[in-house]
Amino acid sequence: MRYRITHQTHYVYDRDVSVSHHVVQLCPRDLPSQRCLTHDLCVRPEPATRTERIDYFGNRAVLVTLETAHREFEVIAGSLVEIVPRLAPAEGLTTPWEEVAARCDAPGWGDAAAAGEYRFDSPMVRRQAAIGAWAKASFPTGRPLLEAITALNTRIHREFTFDARATSVSTPVEEVFAHRRGVCQDFAHLMLAALRTLGLPARYVSGYLETLPPPGRTRLVGADASHAWVSVWCPGAGWVDFDPTNDVLAGLRHITVAWGRDFGDISPVRGVLVGSGHHSLRVSVDVEPVAGS
Amino acid sequence: MGSVEFAKSAAGWLQGYHPPAQGFDELRDPSGRIRRAWVPLLEQLGRQEAGGLARRRDSARRLLREHGVTYHVYGSDEGFERPWSLDLMPFCLSAEEWARLETGLIQRTRLLNAVLADVYGPQTLLREGLLPAALVHANPGFLRACHDLRPANGRFLYVHAVDLARGPDGRWCVLADRTQAPSGAGYALENRIIVSRVLPQEFRECRVARLAGFFAGLRDSLRDAARTTGTPNVVLLTPGPYNETYFEHAYLARYLGFPLVEGGDLTVRGRRVFLKTLEGLHPVDVILRRADDTFCDPLELRPDSFLGVPGLVDAARAGHVVVANALGAGLVEAPALLSFLPALSRRLLGEELLLPSAPTSWCHGPGDDAGLSIGSAGAVLKRAFGGSMEPVFFGALSVADQALWRERLRKDAVGYVVQQQVGLSMAPAWEGEVLVPRPVVLRAFVASAGEGYVVMPGGLTRFSPSLKSPVVSAQQGGGSKDTWVLTDGPVEPVTLLKPGGQVIRLDRAPADVPSRVADNLYWLGRYAERLEHQVRLLRAAVNRLGGESTHDGQAELTALVQMMVSLGQLPDRFGGEVNGVGLGEALVALVHQSQRTGNVRDMLGRLRFLTTAVRDRLSNDTWRIFQRMQVDGHLAGQRPALEEVPAVLNTLIVDLAAFSGMELENMTRGHAWRFLDIGRRIERSTGLLNFWRAALASGATTDVLAPMLEIADSVMTYRRRYFEQMHLGTVLDLLLIEETNPRSLAFQLESLQDHMDFLPVEREGVESPEQREVMGLSEALQAADISVLAGSPEELDALLVRLGAGLVRISDRLTHHYFSHAVLRAS
Repeated sequence: MRYRITHQTHYVYDRDVSVSHHVVQLCPRDLPSQRCLTHDLCVRPEPATRTERIDYFGNRAVLVTLETAHREFEVIAGSLVEIVPRLAPAEGLTTPWEEVAARCDAPGWGDAAAAGEYRFDSPMVRRQAAIGAWAKASFPTGRPLLEAITALNTRIHREFTFDARATSVSTPVEEVFAHRRGVCQDFAHLMLAALRTLGLPARYVSGYLETLPPPGRTRLVGADASHAWVSVWCPGAGWVDFDPTNDVLAGLRHITVAWGRDFGDISPVRGVLVGSGHHSLRVSVDVEPVAGS
Repeated sequence: MGSVEFAKSAAGWLQGYHPPAQGFDELRDPSGRIRRAWVPLLEQLGRQEAGGLARRRDSARRLLREHGVTYHVYGSDEGFERPWSLDLMPFCLSAEEWARLETGLIQRTRLLNAVLADVYGPQTLLREGLLPAALVHANPGFLRACHDLRPANGRFLYVHAVDLARGPDGRWCVLADRTQAPSGAGYALENRIIVSRVLPQEFRECRVARLAGFFAGLRDSLRDAARTTGTPNVVLLTPGPYNETYFEHAYLARYLGFPLVEGGDLTVRGRRVFLKTLEGLHPVDVILRRADDTFCDPLELRPDSFLGVPGLVDAARAGHVVVANALGAGLVEAPALLSFLPALSRRLLGEELLLPSAPTSWCHGPGDDAGLSIGSAGAVLKRAFGGSMEPVFFGALSVADQALWRERLRKDAVGYVVQQQVGLSMAPAWEGEVLVPRPVVLRAFVASAGEGYVVMPGGLTRFSPSLKSPVVSAQQGGGSKDTWVLTDGPVEPVTLLKPGGQVIRLDRAPADVPSRVADNLYWLGRYAERLEHQVRLLRAAVNRLGGESTHDGQAELTALVQMMVSLGQLPDRFGGEVNGVGLGEALVALVHQSQRTGNVRDMLGRLRFLTTAVRDRLSNDTWRIFQRMQVDGHLAGQRPALEEVPAVLNTLIVDLAAFSGMELENMTRGHAWRFLDIGRRIERSTGLLNFWRAALASGATTDVLAPMLEIADSVMTYRRRYFEQMHLGTVLDLLLIEETNPRSLAFQLESLQDHMDFLPVEREGVESPEQREVMGLSEALQAADISVLAGSPEELDALLVRLGAGLVRISDRLTHHYFSHAVLRAS
């Protein structure tokens, strides 16, 4: 499956901004199940500096600085990505979940120790007893890891309401848990809090999801959005991606851009401005399937 | 002779000195003999005359107050600052004991530096299993953005502070390491300066090792760290005046000769760091930072930080700036690391760890640890990765609380360590005229010097307020001591010059004035002047309250009260007939009451904030004047009686005059001075115009003229010219138009014009808007016809309004042009 992705972010400021610094993380990663064939990043106005690096988590990051007064800032990322089917592990055959947690606690180095990077508190996701207790219902003793997580994935989808107005990018997990509403970012954070409280390594994935138009309608250009889901470490199978917003395993329609401990590590466009006043923001995402794979 | 006296007085002081038997006594050995390190000091103290101690304590207290040594205590009733508490009995250590400590301390700094280099680099220690991965992954001090950021010369640590305690066995052990922005070295220096001044004879005779060399070494190594061929620019970055140890930041900046800057003073352009000065951007090569790790860069570290410099991490990554200590250095402050240090020392340095840490076990589990558990005797619970939690003494908890903690640990073992409580050693501290034993902790300092490290020969000794208190911290109370390391040979005088053959680097005059500093100095000038106006106005009123007032005095008082009503300082009810009693109370409130803005106490508070914010720009004598002004004007928080008020106001006027004298005679005519004086001139003009408008509003009778001359300190001049004849026209002429009167408006405008000519402009030869504005006001004033103004209140008021509006525009333009503050926000 091939997709052409266009991601536009457009800030408009009501007063001059004299200097601004931004970090942009919009380049899809190369993975066994995904290849980024082309990627273009266009920044307006022309930045004074533009530096590329690979961040601690292996994602590509572009740092740009604008040093002359500006009233708008626009980033357009265009990518062509090829997705191949992921191997779906046999859930029932995976390691019991407590054993996975115990393996991460064992001394010495190895995959489990490395995955440990994703099992502790991060700035936006704290382990909490209440969320752990709620999740525990899906984790009876001895249950295979992926079977338990599939159950949890379903429960989040069933017990929580998708509501774009209920939360903002900085809503704490506690609030999402209390009100049982939110968007993909919130559900991903909630799932991370649940898994980490149980001692399991899980990371935040940012990316896109191809949306299908309702039957009989044509696809709307630019109506898509950034998406977020969770990746869980499973001995033998590696990292397995779950999408609690849609109660599915990530598949051919999920395009991975970056991963980190939480949204804060890899938010697609973030920055700091010197200036006063307010800004308005317009984001449009288009995920277009293309022929030719 | 000496030993007889020593025996006698020491016996007297030491009568109450009975340290508990189980701990280590710093003063006496088990057989009761005074230890060698303390003998010279006790001998010297024995020679002082009667009453000497009390006198010395008074002078120490005075010096501390004048130097403004403070420590901020959060949530304390004393508010913003608490005076620093210093005990005059130094803490003594022998040369040989110190030499052993020194070697251990330097080894520890090298070790922690090597741990940082590995964790922020290849992470071999994790792969080899010497450091549990969780210790890094769960550690909030591990900054992912700084991974692979290789600091200059592989040096992460430039300053390292180590809290040391001596156990009952007489061995020193480490309680904690401070590596991100260690505090205390400046307080140690200040303690030394005061104690050596108050005990000069003792200090000399005991041959105490000097501290200056340590700071000179640090200063040079910071300069040498710069990757520049020119003169390196080093700045000291402070989180600002609200930080608990701000005093020390300003103090060290002055002592080391580095500009004190806040995050907003710096900007990153093209991956380089610059200081925003009045003259534009000046490159910065090295930042000695006192802000904690995550606060240093809102772009890559902590988005909600307003204290940092956006883009700093990337500038450091590019190698264009050296941050000392390196960003992320807080990682090794984690108590969880302590038990792994012996093995890490063997692996990274090939050496046995010389200085043990307090026995510590990470609750998370298996390791090379002390095998402590929560139930062990003397177990203290601490956060594994540092933080603000007070240590929990498990044995002292109730059964219910113990159960609660056991559960907490079961759920979050990674987050806690159990440490064996160290029985602190006892050292003598003064309590009145006798010495009492107090538990002590010594904070030692290691700093980079050349290729290696040096230890400050001394340190900050702190003691807890009581024998029982197991915790020693400045936040908890207690006190501090100077630390005397005795030397065996003669004390080498410290020279800041390098040995022969090396090039001597000349210090460039600190010409860079950060915009923020100019801004604060401008407002310092304005508030000093505003306070003077207010004090003079109040004095004019209070002096006329007395029963002996002449008929004129009563009429003038009525006029003054009318003015103060129309200035909004007194309520309307005083507008009619003057009521002596109620008025007196209302005037006292204008001095003392704290809620109202614009009264004396409020303005003193603002002056305190502003002088603190530019502490590094004020001479010690100037600082002393402001410290005294706080004491003179604040009245220890007591509401003064009406009859005390005139004396208070007179003292404040003299203090303010002393400040302007210092400014006039002692400040270099740089931009810093100019902005201070511009503030003064603008405020003096504004105050004059406001008072005149108020006088007009209250009828502008001749009764107001004498007080106006008094407030403008122009009575003498007026009398010499016009004797006692009070005419509106002549008074207006002297106070507005007369250019030779330093209190007149014309004089202020002329001074402003002079200043404007010297301020940096964007383009040579083109007048700045503020320059044009001042000129316009001068012209308007020159064109005024006194005889017309004296006859027409409307015309006079129109002129006053026009001039006042012009001054507001000048202030706005200055703000926009030179100060326009960096406002940070995240998107």
